[in-house]
Amino acid sequence: MSDKEIDEPTGVETTGHEWDGIKELNNPLPRWWLILLWISVVWSVVYWVLMPSWPGITGYFAGVRNHSERANVDAALAALDAERSVQMQQLLTVASIDEVEADPQLLQFAMNAGASLFGDNCATCHGAGGQGFRGYPSLVDDAWLWGGTLDDIEKTLHHGIRSTHPDTRISIMLAYGETGAFSADQIDDLVEYVVHISGRDADMEAVARAETNFVQLCAACHGADGKGDQLQGSPDLTDAIWLYGGERKDLQETLYYGRAGVMPHWTERLTDEQITALAVYVHSLGGGE
Amino acid sequence: MLNRHEIFEKRGLLLTVAILVVVAIGGVVEIAPLFYLESTIEKVKGVRPYSPLELAGRNIYIREGCYTCHSQMVRPLRDEVERYGHYSLAAESMYDHPFQWGSKRSGPDLARVGGKYSDAWHQQHLVDPRSVVPESIMPPYAFLDERPLDYSQVEAWLKANRAVGVPYTDEMIENAKADLEAQVDPFSDIYDEFLARYPNAQIRDFDGDARQISEMDAMIAYLQVLGTMVNFSTYEPEENYR
Repeated sequence: MSDKEIDEPTGVETTGHEWDGIKELNNPLPRWWLILLWISVVWSVVYWVLMPSWPGITGYFAGVRNHSERANVDAALAALDAERSVQMQQLLTVASIDEVEADPQLLQFAMNAGASLFGDNCATCHGAGGQGFRGYPSLVDDAWLWGGTLDDIEKTLHHGIRSTHPDTRISIMLAYGETGAFSADQIDDLVEYVVHISGRDADMEAVARAETNFVQLCAACHGADGKGDQLQGSPDLTDAIWLYGGERKDLQETLYYGRAGVMPHWTERLTDEQITALAVYVHSLGGGE
Repeated sequence: MLNRHEIFEKRGLLLTVAILVVVAIGGVVEIAPLFYLESTIEKVKGVRPYSPLELAGRNIYIREGCYTCHSQMVRPLRDEVERYGHYSLAAESMYDHPFQWGSKRSGPDLARVGGKYSDAWHQQHLVDPRSVVPESIMPPYAFLDERPLDYSQVEAWLKANRAVGVPYTDEMIENAKADLEAQVDPFSDIYDEFLARYPNAQIRDFDGDARQISEMDAMIAYLQVLGTMVNFSTYEPEENYR
């Protein structure tokens, strides 16, 4: 810039640019701003040196800190595992619920770990308190489809129910109506039969008509007395607990369309120790056997 | 030199060219190396292009704006890995155009939701979220259940993805319609062919209604495949530290 004209009223140098007689003052940048600018320039150079930064032809400069987010998270998880390892190892070898209950420290650990795992993974279907929803069994009552001992619960967690795991627990309530195995009348009669054995008032003539069908087909899984069988995951029909509802229309629907609720298997998602902790927690919710 | 800015300021074209040069430095340093550096390419097994039904579900996911509340990215942080599972790998979204990483989590992250819940749960939850999660604020998507899936354009979807780099073969594109129908039919004639084209794809009637292929079928098929493609038992984390 050749001429350094001074603006008279302010006494500030102008840039020499002029638009229709209006001139621009050449005020210096605020000092704080300049200082921040230079600090950030210097910081960027420091950052290049410390952190992975410049790419090259065959690789990149990894930085003197050799920083890696993935290595960091693996280290953090390893530290967490180490912190938990004593109790986790104990859980891995635990044989029965009594063994866990005998060790208050282990029990507390399993309960806390289980509660947190339950919240992340199970509450979505079984409810925050394990109370269950229609189609998703309650875990707080004494009715267990596949058994309520620690071992049973663990096995269910490992392999799931009608899941994609090869060792999954599997059984099926067939669609007796849809497949044409039973007529609508036969289904109505069977509904009365089930209403009767669950201790409610039913049409006794219909109950008598349904008896043969129940004994020949239903009893294979639900037992002659209708009390169910945990080996086959068949529910007790004589109690007041209904997974899909116990009203006549619910029972009709069950008999017509069948039922086959799915519980995913957790072997791939959770470790063996976590599954044991979860089983201890579920066992404690109310109905553990 | 600091006093020479007049040279640029008085010549618009020169200024434009100079701006382009400066901006290009950022691109050359940050983008170009991704195309030639071996270490930026992650080696994982199992990631395959989406099957036509999964792709249809993905389209619905985008149409309904699920990404505005759900991310699909488990970040490499301890608490996230504890809750959601293995941190997401870049390779897992290499066939996502556009990717669904997101950063808004009004709902939970969905990167590893595949296999976590049953089909019936997904269906019930999409129809009426509060019937299974009382504290949920998710809006219901009950119409997915009734609305038949419009897949007349399925070949075009695959072609569009191929145009941006997804390795769909001619065979996949030719059979797209049949493959889409095969995935909801466990008794399909092309069961094995379909599985050969899309290894480990899950084949079943996702919405439990065999009478039609609904948008619910596609949506659940998509949700059930999320985060399940990589077999982490063969994954070597140390090799991919960066």
